[in-house]
Amino acid sequence: MGKPLFTVSGLTKVYQTGDVTVHALRGVDAVLYEGEMAVLLGPSGSGKSTLLNILGGLDSATAGEVRFGEEDLTGFSDRELTLFRRNHVGFVFQFYNLVPSLTAKENVALVTEIAPRPMAPEEALGIVGLSERVDHFPAQLSGGEQQRVAIARAIAKRPEILLCDEPTGALDSKTGVLVLEALTAVNSEMGTSTAIITHNAAIQKIAHRVFFFSDGRIAEMRENAERVEPAEVEW
Amino acid sequence: MRALDLKLVRDLRRLWAQALAVALVLACGVATLILAIGAYRSLEETQRAYYDRYRFGDVFASATRAPRALIDRIRAIPDVAAVELRITEPVLLDINGVAEPATGQAISLPDRGEPAVNAIFLRQGRLPDTGRDLEVVINENFAEAHGFVLGTEFHALMDGVKTKLRVVGIALSPEFIYALGPGDLLPDDRRFGVLWMNERTLAGRFDLEGAFDSVSLRLLRGANEEAVIEQLDDILAPYGGTGAYGRKDHISHAFLDSELTQLSAMARVIPPIFLLVSAFLINMILSRLIALEREQIGLLKALGYHALDIAWHYLKLVIMIALVGVVIGFVAGTWLGRGLTVIYSEFYTFPFLIFRWSTDIYAIAALVSIAAAIAGAAKAVYGVLALAPAVAMRPPAPPVFHQFMGSAGRRIRLFSQLTIMALRHIARWPVRAALSTIGTSFSVALLVVALFSIDSVDYMIDVIYFQSERQDATLTFAGERAPSVLPAVANLPGVLRAEPFRELAVKISHGPRERRLGISGKQRGADLSRVLDLDMRPIALPETGLAIGERVADILEVKRGDLVQVELLEGDRRIVDVPVTEIIQSYVGLAVFMDMDALDRLAGIGPRVSGVHLEIDEAATDALYASVKETPALAGVALQTVSRRLFQETIEQNILISTMVYVILSVIIAFGVVYNSARIQLSERARELATLRVLGFRRAEVSQVLLTELGVAVAAAQPLGWLIGYGFAYAVIVGFESDLFRIPLVVSSRTLAFASLVVLVAALVSALLVRRRIDRFDLVEVLKTRE
Repeated sequence: MGKPLFTVSGLTKVYQTGDVTVHALRGVDAVLYEGEMAVLLGPSGSGKSTLLNILGGLDSATAGEVRFGEEDLTGFSDRELTLFRRNHVGFVFQFYNLVPSLTAKENVALVTEIAPRPMAPEEALGIVGLSERVDHFPAQLSGGEQQRVAIARAIAKRPEILLCDEPTGALDSKTGVLVLEALTAVNSEMGTSTAIITHNAAIQKIAHRVFFFSDGRIAEMRENAERVEPAEVEW
Repeated sequence: MRALDLKLVRDLRRLWAQALAVALVLACGVATLILAIGAYRSLEETQRAYYDRYRFGDVFASATRAPRALIDRIRAIPDVAAVELRITEPVLLDINGVAEPATGQAISLPDRGEPAVNAIFLRQGRLPDTGRDLEVVINENFAEAHGFVLGTEFHALMDGVKTKLRVVGIALSPEFIYALGPGDLLPDDRRFGVLWMNERTLAGRFDLEGAFDSVSLRLLRGANEEAVIEQLDDILAPYGGTGAYGRKDHISHAFLDSELTQLSAMARVIPPIFLLVSAFLINMILSRLIALEREQIGLLKALGYHALDIAWHYLKLVIMIALVGVVIGFVAGTWLGRGLTVIYSEFYTFPFLIFRWSTDIYAIAALVSIAAAIAGAAKAVYGVLALAPAVAMRPPAPPVFHQFMGSAGRRIRLFSQLTIMALRHIARWPVRAALSTIGTSFSVALLVVALFSIDSVDYMIDVIYFQSERQDATLTFAGERAPSVLPAVANLPGVLRAEPFRELAVKISHGPRERRLGISGKQRGADLSRVLDLDMRPIALPETGLAIGERVADILEVKRGDLVQVELLEGDRRIVDVPVTEIIQSYVGLAVFMDMDALDRLAGIGPRVSGVHLEIDEAATDALYASVKETPALAGVALQTVSRRLFQETIEQNILISTMVYVILSVIIAFGVVYNSARIQLSERARELATLRVLGFRRAEVSQVLLTELGVAVAAAQPLGWLIGYGFAYAVIVGFESDLFRIPLVVSSRTLAFASLVVLVAALVSALLVRRRIDRFDLVEVLKTRE
């Protein structure tokens, strides 16, 4: 296992929604290593998305500390967080979030234009197996293809960390497998640390480690002695 | 309250900023409509009542000296209701503390009773007593300009005799609503006064006992004015009659009328612009609202709501917005309209003011505005009717985008992906982009219309005062004189150069078209007062024939080389055919020029002069003024610098007020259009823009996507707005054109730049208001939801 990429200690997140106080995270401690693939499992509201958003610099913690390598993310300003996302983080969302007015290649170029050491958009699309569809607009692509464009967009900047929130949530199992194959390929070939949030317990088998979330805490962490190829995952 | 109505109220509360932006645009339309129609009707009604109550004449004529016994013959002319014979004589005034000579018009009041025509409204004091020659009633503006009160005394040169006069009354008259001195373009109350005096006094002073030199008639309703004028001319011809004329040619009436014409033009041109823009804005807002609520609409239909119920629900929203606009417009329009009417009435010194703000104006304004709003909503609401419930509950098909220029565009990297996003969005919704552009261009156009008048007037002043009428002063004689007076004029102190001119009253006709006007004769080589051709070059008048101003050429439909018939309105009233040898430039009055020798031959009674244009040594002006005040032969003195200053002041004052109003109006349009476009785009693209933030784009970069699209629309609106503004300005010029003035169409680049600057600033401010919302995006929330 590589060096620690993210070190999280005592992470707490409290939301105030009207009169209701929601404790999304209640003192989470965890380490994410370079090159590892982690799956975060747990029911809705268990805190996994909140953790992912804080790691990705989309949200800030109420208390506790998040270290990215040597840097303390908790103290970052809005501007520094923007730069952090731009340079280090790749996101993949459940609903793809592609820009409808840009083609597949242009959606990737959107990111490569501002990243410090990007790969060519064509190369990124090649990694996810979409070399033939580079000039199609999102509306001309299937859901699985759109999600793979989103992955290509996320990896094209050569991020240190790929954060995926329910990447197969909107897809059927056959298409979902293609997406997971793209993610494992990126992880093994480029060595990009990957964190995947899912409701789908079957997916845990492709990870190095699995974190089980419950009520704002990590209830359990399990290391997979033997990983399974995405093609063998069924749901 | 029904559940749907609750939704309506909450929708309105949520959309308040956008709704208010639309309501304000609509309010401008309502306000300008009420303002223009209300002020127009009030002024027209006031004018009508004033004319009626003070028996303003229908036909006017003057003669040299006609016996009073003619009154029976004049009364006998068919259709004549009342006749008033008067003495009106020009006088020079000498007022303590005023160096420049002023001129006055002495008018007789009957010794007993009220005048049958052209009564006066006595504001203060009393009428002059019979037999007391010193007493005079003066017009109110003149009194105010000099601080004259009852009992004040001043001097007038009456038929060569310096006479002391005492003010016993201050009055207003429908004849002098617009009191213009001889040779002036605008009223100068300091330098022109009306002096009403006893008939017997004036008759004695001017050697007109048992005679008159001026007559005014009132006609019966439906009278044939032309026929009356012809018969009156026949009666007065032997007594030096210079041609009768109707109200149309009465200077005060003509000015007031042109003001009313402008008001009614404003009511026709300006409000439709606002109604159009608000209909477009409503269309934009409602389309978006319905797109957002598509699934709710499907649900309502599935629940059993009739399509018409749902359509009515959205129409009610639109009507509510329109009503807010209508109410704001009512208040603003009434307030501004009353203000405007009061300003007009002060400018024109009416003795009373009739406000005509009847309910029908409000009803029309409200109906028209609501109709415009509903028209704007029609397409979006029709979409609601047409939507099948099952289709509505599914998300809409994604929009289809296209690449520019096929694959060629792909190879050339001109724009960043952010710019491409903005440009493709425009290309995807071209109608909306075009409407935003047109809407914004209207605000540019409004400003161009407001400001071009400064350019045109500057140009006019340059042409009139520096290229054409370059004299320092113009002296007008009381009646025509033999040229032998000229050496005396040239010998007045400070006179460097003197150029005589002659005015001859004529009727010119060309086929069925005819016009009463004066021909000005100028000496060959005249250099002070010059005639300019259509290219603004000074020309020498042709040895024969007429040089006719463009306006007259239009009225008579003549071109160079045509023959026109000239009927002399004085002397032997000969009728002569004269060729038109030149068409010339003229912005003021009905200009027709002729070489002075040719004019003398035409008039037939040998050389005469009506007045002299002077170039003056500035150091000697006071001495000149002093001797002019003592010169009995003079009827009037026009001073070019004074008149130019007054011209500029009056115009600038008017323009300042109207410019402010127009700036406010166009800022409201620009704000309404840009703010709403930005809000709607933001609503449509929130997810996309938030995604960009997540991907690591800065706020400024994300705003750029939104602002580029708006920027393109606003930038494209500039040249379009200039063009539309130029068109509007042309319409204004054509509408304004009268026998009194003709304004050149001049739009300077300064005007275009200022118009654009105001609109760009307004657009920028509205865009920045929306940009603040981008800064407040909840990134996590946006990503969680499917669009």
